[in-house]
Amino acid sequence: MRVLPRVTPRISQAIAFALLWMAALMVILPVTALLVVMFVKGRGSLSWSLVTSTEAGGLLAPIVGTTALVTLTAVIVAPVGVAAAIYLSEYARAGRLVRLIRLAIVNLAGVPSVVYGLFGLALFVMLLHFGRCLLAGACTMALLVLPLVITAAEEALRQVPRRLREASFALGATRWQTVRRVVLPNALPGIITGLILSVGRAAGETAPILFTAAFYSLTDPFPKSLFDPIEVLSYRLFVIATEVPRIEEGEKWATAAVLVALVLGLNALAVIARARLRRARRW
Amino acid sequence: MSESNTDRPIEQPEGEIKIETRGLNLFYDAFRALTDINVAIPARQITALIGPSGCGKSSFLRCLNRMNDLIDDARVEGDVLLDGGSIYEDDTDVAQLRKRVGMVFQTPNPFPMSIYDNVAYGPRLHGFGGRDSLGEVVEKSLRGAALWDEVKDNLRKSALDLSGGQQQRLSIARVLAVGPDVLLMDEPCSALDPTATFRIEELMLELMERYTIVIVTHNMYQASRVSQHTGFFLLGELIEYGSTVGIFENPKDQRTDDYVRGRFG
Amino acid sequence: MVKQRAQRGWEWLIERAIQVAGAVAIIFVLMIFVFLLRDALPVFKATTARELLAGKDWLPTAEPPRFGFLPLVLGSLYVTIGALALAMPLGLACAAFISEVAPRWMKEVLKPGVEVLATVPSVVFGFLGLLLVGPWLADVLNLPVGLFAALGSLMLAFMAMPTIVSVSEDAIRSVPAALRENSLALGATQWQTIWRVVLPAARSGIIAGVLLGVGRAIGETMTVLMVTGNAAVIPEGLKGLLRPVRTLTATIAGEMGETVVGSPHYHALFAMGLILFLIAFLTNTIADAAIRRSGRLGR
Repeated sequence: MRVLPRVTPRISQAIAFALLWMAALMVILPVTALLVVMFVKGRGSLSWSLVTSTEAGGLLAPIVGTTALVTLTAVIVAPVGVAAAIYLSEYARAGRLVRLIRLAIVNLAGVPSVVYGLFGLALFVMLLHFGRCLLAGACTMALLVLPLVITAAEEALRQVPRRLREASFALGATRWQTVRRVVLPNALPGIITGLILSVGRAAGETAPILFTAAFYSLTDPFPKSLFDPIEVLSYRLFVIATEVPRIEEGEKWATAAVLVALVLGLNALAVIARARLRRARRW
Repeated sequence: MSESNTDRPIEQPEGEIKIETRGLNLFYDAFRALTDINVAIPARQITALIGPSGCGKSSFLRCLNRMNDLIDDARVEGDVLLDGGSIYEDDTDVAQLRKRVGMVFQTPNPFPMSIYDNVAYGPRLHGFGGRDSLGEVVEKSLRGAALWDEVKDNLRKSALDLSGGQQQRLSIARVLAVGPDVLLMDEPCSALDPTATFRIEELMLELMERYTIVIVTHNMYQASRVSQHTGFFLLGELIEYGSTVGIFENPKDQRTDDYVRGRFG
Repeated sequence: MVKQRAQRGWEWLIERAIQVAGAVAIIFVLMIFVFLLRDALPVFKATTARELLAGKDWLPTAEPPRFGFLPLVLGSLYVTIGALALAMPLGLACAAFISEVAPRWMKEVLKPGVEVLATVPSVVFGFLGLLLVGPWLADVLNLPVGLFAALGSLMLAFMAMPTIVSVSEDAIRSVPAALRENSLALGATQWQTIWRVVLPAARSGIIAGVLLGVGRAIGETMTVLMVTGNAAVIPEGLKGLLRPVRTLTATIAGEMGETVVGSPHYHALFAMGLILFLIAFLTNTIADAAIRRSGRLGR
């Protein structure tokens, strides 16, 4: 009688590890390959004149609009997010309220982006009569990145060593004075990093601004006030990919490449800023 | 002793030798954790390794079942023989080796599963058939570890609910279930209270009939209570090795004398 | 004296503001819920809950309009389940690989690599699916159009994987090293240790990772809007995966711009938003509880 070769633990380990290797490659490689193809296809049409052009397909208006949107988003979200983080890290005592706040933050982070769009439409555009505009879009976007900012800022605040706070209290400083003069300055690098990351996220989102801010215009693409609609890179990419047939194929790829480069660039900036600022700090 | 290929003499205990090390050196990166260890460990007896913390006794223990393989920059020179065969051959099956040389750690670490599954873990790994016989192995192992009477009605309970002393005896049962010849114990009582320690020591004396036991301990009374042989480590060297009575009552080396009399350590 | 008192007052004000800001997350979650509810409820003037949830036709502009969510809910389920079937095993395997198997240099490439992939905007995935992957798959599978449910699943899987990888990797890494040592000391191979000890011990955290992945996939909008073909028909069987479908998110995104504010159609879209909000709320709350539980075990 022939004895079947028994699958020894060593062999099954070899098989399992090979599968894990493949899985890791499957997570990384296809998307990386797609992005490489995108950059290669976009490179031909990518030029300084495309980026600075206001003609149909030119990217100046969406770049200006995106910049305005994410800047305003950061300006709106920073004070609220940092204040909430200060509360959580410096004032709150562990208890039911804090647990509830954390659950709310997790949930806020999980609300689908298109639902933020609906909320922005109902509150900012309709109820507050902003109309479809830069301000309404930035408010909506600020809400979307709020949990990110709170979490990052709280993390940064908590990393400030307790002895610095104690030293300040020992000198007779009040809690707010300690926060303002000792904790915040030391946490600033981390807070800024968090803000840049959220700006990167905002730069790539589309659904929240669909009904609150974005438009596609050939005649009057630049916003003159907070209450004008804006062109946004992500929205432009959506429109030229699905609705406007006459844009040259290469320009579509170039638009996608510019958007991805912008988002990855902002993230890289955050990583660099974190490394730089961390090195400058000594404790 | 004449066949030993190194210059340092080793005291050869009488009877069957289970484990022998030859010129064993251990490096962590550039740091030399063990220097030229030559020792012969007798079968079915208890050998205690003592010495101040950081002296290399635990590192030595971990050479005997190749747990040091898990540390990235650890490197072993020299050789360890188990029943006369090297365990550092290129084709040594490390899993099989660890099946023969079981290890009980400093703190009990039950897996987050039931008592039964903890004990059955090893047999299942090594391809144990038949449900009945698995149950028998579990019972035998738990009896062997003197835990059976306390847990026989709650085998499905989570092992995390046991007390510290029970968890450590469960760790021992888990090792016994694999069917080793050697038990390595790395300060097995350091996390336990005196009563639990006493039970484990009793258990060790029972287990000695069938297993070769090597125990690392920082507790000299424990070493003198349970072991027949004792090795004294200092700064990565085996200073003295011999019968426990000899080491504690009539040490040959001044440093050993100082240590067992509590002058340092 | 006066100056000091003014300062105290100022400080008092700031500290109250900070306290209010602390609760801002709770306030906004409630506000989102209330506003969705406020604009969703009027839909019942035009239809019934029964038709809404069980109606088989989504024809909001027909005369009379039909507001059946069923095809859209099923569309969302199809796309999401397909995405998870891909992303869950791959993401989990990738996480196990990164934390347990990969050599150190590879870990240092893979971890940031996965994080970078997580930042690629969803509209870009939609774009790549629409112009590159869709046509290619249609060619290979011999399909009439390059827009179908499985394509949405595929692109969504790419998006959800980084989330699943990073959360489960955290969970796996927090399994105490002593458990691994004990298992190896019993003669287990590394793989046996991963499969029988590490993964079960990391269970709660892994479940959380998967749930967050589910939440991300079901709420994802731009990708599915661009690649699933947007046909509001009830998908059937496995074949349905290769036909166009339409999800809840895509319906909202695609139609909100063209409806009359205050019309039944408008309110129906808000009702979908409410459903999505509730699904997200449920998955996130459960995931949060699971993470908390795994934190306790990892102590």
